[in-house]
Amino acid sequence: MDDAATPDPDAGRPPRRGHDLYDADADGADDSRIVRPYTRTRGRTRSARNDLPLEALVSAVPGATDPVATSERRGILKLAGESMLSIAELSAHLSLPLGVIRVVVGDLADQGLVTVHTGSASSANPANDLKVLESVLDGISAL
Amino acid sequence: MAFPRSDLTAAPARPSQQVPVETMPVAPVTVKIVVAGGFAVGKTTFIGSISDIEPLSTEAAMTEHSLGVDDAGGVTDRKTTTTVAMDFGRIALPGNLWLYLFGTPGQDRFHFMWDDLITGAIGAVVLVDTERLDACFDAVDYFEARQIPFVLAVNCFDGVARHTLDDVRAALAVRPEVPVFYTDARSRQATKQALISLVTLAMARMQP
Ligand SMILES: Nc1nc2c(ncn2[C@@H]2O[C@H](COP(=O)(O)OP(=O)(O)OP(=O)(O)O)[C@@H](O)[C@H]2O)c(=O)[nH]1
Ligand SMILES: [Mg+2]
Repeated sequence: MDDAATPDPDAGRPPRRGHDLYDADADGADDSRIVRPYTRTRGRTRSARNDLPLEALVSAVPGATDPVATSERRGILKLAGESMLSIAELSAHLSLPLGVIRVVVGDLADQGLVTVHTGSASSANPANDLKVLESVLDGISAL
Repeated sequence: MAFPRSDLTAAPARPSQQVPVETMPVAPVTVKIVVAGGFAVGKTTFIGSISDIEPLSTEAAMTEHSLGVDDAGGVTDRKTTTTVAMDFGRIALPGNLWLYLFGTPGQDRFHFMWDDLITGAIGAVVLVDTERLDACFDAVDYFEARQIPFVLAVNCFDGVARHTLDDVRAALAVRPEVPVFYTDARSRQATKQALISLVTLAMARMQP
């Protein structure tokens, strides 16, 4: 990643309150701010899936061969070839930060090597689908 | 720059040949619930009490900038990379549904991760430790401000409730429709009831 080489446009400036990635301490100590290091990487990818939900399921497309085969890509393709796994599970099993998994899965999806499954039959967000919630309620109640 | 033909034929196969649908298992619909609360209030225990899988931990890396003044009076920007861990579990439900439970990272300064966690969630279970009620103010504020359905589950460590539920409700000043109840994060049965309470609330919100 080229993060270290890219000058931070904000370096040396006082931190801004209200920056969306910056949480001022309640006591007003403004001496630190937090940025996500993968923002830039995510900007690089042309994937339309930059903000894959943590619970989006990933499955490898059977028989597809990977021309690039970095260790991250190999790891994802192997796990997602064995069973469907969420972005969060891929991150946990491969010990890679969520941001890395999102970018690499986005690339793999753009290249047709994995399928990303999100949403329900009638909604992009299953939490807004009353039928899904009914099934969740019934399912938990029956546990 | 010209490439020999053999390179063109060796180009990666695009998966134009579609895999027959019947050989592909239908992907489960995934939903999630966020488990929030202060440090060591029992979030991981709660998730583990009901998860099919051993709770897993995932990380997001962040660069932290500390601005300081060096000996010569110049401003320095020290970068350190820290990681925020959050754990999660998964429950398979009938009807090809997977429910994920995500625990929030404890400290407030990781709110940007909460935004990520809460996107698309059914809602949140806020675990409350009655000895440290203030530890959950932050979570309550956060979910209220975003109109995210949440319930308050008062974790009774060792079965000792130091405050009545009415006291908790009053101290946290939550609206009357917010369910407040005792729980035991170690108990699968209690965790199940907490989740039922939240999903019921979320459904009530959706019905006109
Ligand atoms: N007696 C009792 N102990 C509990 C209960 N819930 C959690 N504990 C214990 O309290 C400690 C903290 O619980 P965790 O589940 O790790 O809490 P957490 O909220 O995930 O903690 P952090 O992630 O560090 O903020 C553990 O030692 C648990 O075993 C409970 O209901 N009763
Ligand atoms: Mg924990």
